[in-house]
Amino acid sequence: MSQINRIAASSKRINRTRTLNFTFNGKEYQGFEGDTVASALLANGVDVIGRSFKYSRPRGIITSDSQEPNAIFQIGSSQSSTIPNPRATQTDLYNGLTASSTNGWPNVDFDLMSTVGKLGGSMMPPGFYYKTFMFPQSLWMSYEHLIRKGAGLGASPTLSDPDSYDKMHQHCDVMIVGGGPAGLAAALSAAKTGARVIISDEQNEFGGSLLCSKQEINGDLPSLWVEKVMTQLTKMDNVLLLPRSTVFGYYDHNLLGINERRTDHLGENQQQCSRQRVHKVRAKQVILATGAHERPLVYGNNDVPGCMLATAISTYINRYDVVPGNELVLMTTNDNAYKAAIDWHQAGRKVVTIVDTRSASNGELVKRAKSLGIDIIFGHAVIEVSGKKRVKGVDIAPINAVNHSVIGAVKHLSCDTVASSGGWSPVVHLSSHTGSRPIWKEEVAGFVPGETVQKQHSCGGLEGIYALSKVLSDGFTTGALAAQAAGKGEGVFEGSLPLTNDPQEDESMALFHVPHSKKTSRAPKQFVDYQNDVTAAGIELANREGFESIEHVKRYTALGFGTDQGKLGNINGMAITAKSLGKTIAETGTTIFRPMYTPTTFGALAGADVKQLFDPARFSAMHKWHLENGAEFEDVGQWKRPWYFPRPVETMQESLERECLAVRNDVGILDASTLGKIDIQGKDAREFLNRVYTNPWSKLAVGKCRYGVMCKEDGMVFDDGVTACINDNRFLMTTTTGGAAGVLQWLELWHQTEWPELEVYFSTVTDHWSTMTVTGPKARKVLEKVCDIDVSNDNFKYMDWIEAKVAGVKARIFRISFTGELSFEINVQANYGLHTWKAVMAAGEEFNITPYGTETMHILRAEKGFIIVGQDTDGSVTPQDLDMNWVVGKNKEFSFLGKRSWGRDDNQRDDRKQMVGLKPKDPTFVLPEGAQIVFDKDQPIPMTMVGHVTSSYYSASMGYSFALAVVKGGINRKGQSVFLPLSNGTTVEAEICSPIFYDPKGARQNV
Amino acid sequence: MLHIYCPYCEEMREEEEFNPAGQAHIERPLQPEELSDEQWARYLFFRKNPRGLHHEMWVHAHGCRKYFNITRNTVTYQIMETYKMGLQPNITASKEG
Ligand SMILES: [Zn+2]
Repeated sequence: MSQINRIAASSKRINRTRTLNFTFNGKEYQGFEGDTVASALLANGVDVIGRSFKYSRPRGIITSDSQEPNAIFQIGSSQSSTIPNPRATQTDLYNGLTASSTNGWPNVDFDLMSTVGKLGGSMMPPGFYYKTFMFPQSLWMSYEHLIRKGAGLGASPTLSDPDSYDKMHQHCDVMIVGGGPAGLAAALSAAKTGARVIISDEQNEFGGSLLCSKQEINGDLPSLWVEKVMTQLTKMDNVLLLPRSTVFGYYDHNLLGINERRTDHLGENQQQCSRQRVHKVRAKQVILATGAHERPLVYGNNDVPGCMLATAISTYINRYDVVPGNELVLMTTNDNAYKAAIDWHQAGRKVVTIVDTRSASNGELVKRAKSLGIDIIFGHAVIEVSGKKRVKGVDIAPINAVNHSVIGAVKHLSCDTVASSGGWSPVVHLSSHTGSRPIWKEEVAGFVPGETVQKQHSCGGLEGIYALSKVLSDGFTTGALAAQAAGKGEGVFEGSLPLTNDPQEDESMALFHVPHSKKTSRAPKQFVDYQNDVTAAGIELANREGFESIEHVKRYTALGFGTDQGKLGNINGMAITAKSLGKTIAETGTTIFRPMYTPTTFGALAGADVKQLFDPARFSAMHKWHLENGAEFEDVGQWKRPWYFPRPVETMQESLERECLAVRNDVGILDASTLGKIDIQGKDAREFLNRVYTNPWSKLAVGKCRYGVMCKEDGMVFDDGVTACINDNRFLMTTTTGGAAGVLQWLELWHQTEWPELEVYFSTVTDHWSTMTVTGPKARKVLEKVCDIDVSNDNFKYMDWIEAKVAGVKARIFRISFTGELSFEINVQANYGLHTWKAVMAAGEEFNITPYGTETMHILRAEKGFIIVGQDTDGSVTPQDLDMNWVVGKNKEFSFLGKRSWGRDDNQRDDRKQMVGLKPKDPTFVLPEGAQIVFDKDQPIPMTMVGHVTSSYYSASMGYSFALAVVKGGINRKGQSVFLPLSNGTTVEAEICSPIFYDPKGARQNV
Repeated sequence: MLHIYCPYCEEMREEEEFNPAGQAHIERPLQPEELSDEQWARYLFFRKNPRGLHHEMWVHAHGCRKYFNITRNTVTYQIMETYKMGLQPNITASKEG
């Protein structure tokens, strides 16, 4: 393939000695090192690079930067490396690159959607999104399917990403966004004060507009000045340079998110370092030097391939040695764009004419064009383009911009390229991210950053300053001022400013929408937002339909909704809205731009926090044993807990029944290490417990344990557990596994904010201990074999705790029971957990000791009616609702947390949902947890729901199924029937009973 | 993402180290039993939602575990001051005028 549009070598950035092969839409092409995908495609004369979203029109490359609305590709050769939506204009070419259009199906040259009667277009008039969302959801599904497939919004990779990504936190005095003339000047100026400076630029090299400019600085090419500045900055220790780094978001308190693309330009699967790195920068001061984007003009068929921005033409010629056509017509409202025609002419190709919308101009660039023999027609505009897959010609006519009309004969000219320039729009996106609304500056016909509370400065093009000498001096001044604000230097740049002569320019014309001889609604389509196919007619229609707020116009037409965030079209859209409403642009205002500035990959945002590093998993000291013994695990918070221990060819239910029966008949062992443990010390520890627990703690003796319930101030149960008195000034509190961190914060809250006078300290000791519960009628026989003291019922009573040695290890043993059986909870220092566990297992072998998991634990405790906070309660349940008045202290002096709220009328109602047991009529049927309960099974839908099932199991030891539930007024309804209409259409009956099914007198735990 | 000065650690730290803990300066009534249901409900449920300056309680959850107060502008997210538990704000909506 020949690169028909590549001209003789002049740019240093294109390395002709390194040819790169790449594939676009299945065809092979060649480019050079230094190319972007866009410049290489233009060099090869590729016109159509995609299809438009709604109307399926052929589209070509329009810009050379982040504004690009059309050349948005799927890039990558495999399902693990493919990325949707990078801009071809920002993607460096590498050997072997594979790209395809995201828009256009089945392919860009033959487009199905355009042949089936412009299906997309007729289905999506302006207001499509708005109207569609007012319709039933089901309609959207059918639209969406068509749109996605036809228009193509890119495809996600289906395989795991093999690349690594990382993050860095950075701090600096001055962060400079943008490495053009303003940013580089600011960086140099700030860095000279000794301030820590970070400067980033989204392009692969610093220099911005200077990279394709020919305006001399200090008598040399501007690129030489850039090189000298870069040499200086590189040598400074206090400067961090970040090329290929896009600031994607500017957040509160001067936090910036930067995505540095470290290896993307080298090819796929580069393993030498992370592919992309997110820098999270906290800057004392921020300088935005983001420059300005050239604005296209809005004219008929302005989307035909070959229609481009004037600066893009200059960039492709000067930076990439590519002239993207043969015969150019330039339409401009200003002097600056004449550079494009001059560059085109000097590259040896034909400039058909310059169509200047102004009545006259005598600026230096205009004169230079004239002296080169380029034809100029003033007072005219290109009103319409002809051609489908490439520009074939233009219609030009004299216009009156004030009353928006064509005022003379239309003339046709042949050409293949149309460049347009409507002036410049400062890149205010980042300054808007923190909520600051841009303000319209009439003299520069653009929005500039508005008031902000951030420690933010802006300079250069972003402020509407475009003359190079002024941009440079503004940069140097702003850099010194920002450094001073960060505490460095005197706020003055002490050095000589570079010398450069700005060409004298005549005034520009404020023109956005070019008139046509037909009225807008009848004229050929005049595109405003290419990515969303929003036309001038569409915006006017929205205004006619009553959408007058610019935010509403945006949502109604989808203007600025694309991944380009309205970079190319927004200002033109605002201007058209203003005109159609008879307002000024300042009155109409602009929408707010939001992060991301350009699309950022999920890989970069996730960084290294993926897979096992996404959320840490916590393991007990006995985890290895559980693995070796075939445990199935359950996630409880971050903990991995054994769920049950299946034996070969057992079903889960069979395992559970075996484990339950072992505990009830012999002995079982549970790893309970994950229970939260809080060490509470201080002379007022006991008083503190009195205030946060519902039951009394004044008389709990040393060596004793007690179950306690905590309520929030609204009276609702929020955690429970056993607390032991270690000595008069020390207690060990246990919490639920999931509630440990929350309970600690809760204790701290009350101590620090309400009762700081109490001398009490809290420390989490969950990880300090390994805990194993040995439970069942033979538990004592097992413990006796490994324990060095007498554990008989006389010496070691129920609800006591003792210190002893177990398997030679110092232990605390608590005689508490969550199964209803004789139980010993052995706590040893965490590193001895596995040793002790194994010793207990060996001792228990002769007694059929059986390890069990959380599921069996749940069944056994439910048989006893013991609640699980968060399963049987949901934040709306009081201790009284649980029929647990016994846990409420009647004579406590202090009005403990939650107490007063129980007296509120709502908590006194008889028909509150109360915890009860349920026995299904069919003793083999296990009620689904969450099933709703009704009193009257014959009531028509909607039925009156009176409660729901909270826990439900089959009990092997009792031989029937059972459940815990909350039922309105349930405590007084024992013996009555309730009904449960199930999701499969059947209704089952159950009887309300006591929630304590097994050993109601509690004799078994107390032997 | 806020950048918060912990008055106990005496350092600026990232927001992710902190948890918000609701409106500041709500005192628990000393004699809850003597309050009417309505008075108790005011303490329990009613919170301010101002546009502008607000005094909030935060906790340095992944740091020193201390609760402290912040005066924050709910519109601009500026933090005007942070101060220890038990102290009063220097900046208030009325003082700001
Ligand atoms: Zn702290």
